[in-house]
Amino acid sequence: MKYIDPHIHMVSRTTDDYMRMAQAGCVAITEPAFWAGYDRCSVDGFRDYYRQLTETEPARAAQYGIHHHCWLCINPKEAEDVGFAREVMSCLPEFLDKSNVLGIGEIGLNKNSRNEMTILEAHLELAKSLDSLVLVHTPHLEDKLKGTQLIMDAVNNAGLQPDKVLIDHVEEHTVGEVLERGFWAGMTLYPDSKCTPQRAVDILERWGTDRIWMNSAGDWGNSDPLAVPKAQVEMRLRRHPSAMIEKVTFDNPITFLGRSPNFHVEC
Amino acid sequence: MTESESCPLTHREAIDLWFLENRAKVLDIAAFLDRLDRTGDPEDDFRIAALRNALSLLIDGQGDRTRRIQLLLSDRSSEPIEAAPTQGAFGAPLRIPEA
Repeated sequence: MKYIDPHIHMVSRTTDDYMRMAQAGCVAITEPAFWAGYDRCSVDGFRDYYRQLTETEPARAAQYGIHHHCWLCINPKEAEDVGFAREVMSCLPEFLDKSNVLGIGEIGLNKNSRNEMTILEAHLELAKSLDSLVLVHTPHLEDKLKGTQLIMDAVNNAGLQPDKVLIDHVEEHTVGEVLERGFWAGMTLYPDSKCTPQRAVDILERWGTDRIWMNSAGDWGNSDPLAVPKAQVEMRLRRHPSAMIEKVTFDNPITFLGRSPNFHVEC
Repeated sequence: MTESESCPLTHREAIDLWFLENRAKVLDIAAFLDRLDRTGDPEDDFRIAALRNALSLLIDGQGDRTRRIQLLLSDRSSEPIEAAPTQGAFGAPLRIPEA
């Protein structure tokens, strides 16, 4: 069954992963700008990264028949230095009109600090001025609940429409409020943190399949680039109908991402 | 929609499918706690205290266990902190809420 992985960091993955994803049915991906596992020390370091996201990865993915798209920002983990973060943001306009850029992301919070909030609000202002889609990272573990609520309030305060914003990495204690407030929700399938495929399917059974998707967020850490097709298997194992599986792993991503003119996939 | 109505499997099918996997997970937790007992210098750790509280929710018979444990393991404050002291997370809040 074909699928879209709407959040995966292919700069950290091998070409073997592209091949295995294509073999498993992946036809399109979106790659948010994120933390590299270390703090970059210059604006040019980010500039090189944005070139990688807008030039190198689309070409690499195309070799396997996968449409590559990306989101641009400075991620919240490197937003604590507000002055530096603003410098990095000043080079975003060089890349925002590239043909595979879908919007601003993954912005959000990490430790829920005031400095992170300042840069989050600057990104939201940028997204509003561009009328673009937004992909939001919510904090890890004990910081997720508070951060998710702060982020949703910030989006509302910025005057963005919630249905143009996807709140990612939802779990059992955050998914309800995210959906009830009109946002899209993303479930990240990780072996240890966030959701396992089994728990993600549990969430679908409890909260339904509207405005929600699943992603692998595969990166340089403990993650699985084939997590989405594994969740499809989990749904089949539970005898959920094919239409439901396709809705969550293919149709829903198209509905949200298709609001960007730069999103392309063969249906 | 209730949990029991939304999973297409029967109760027996779900047990047959996932019992062994979860039996192993329970033994892993037990072995982890036993291992801690065998370490040299026992000390109070907010993460282990939170884990013990979480385990008590598993058997209190009240349902909605996953969400309640997630809340137990969450920072329940609402205001941003002044500055990020670190980039990482611990998995449990420094101030442990009531179980």
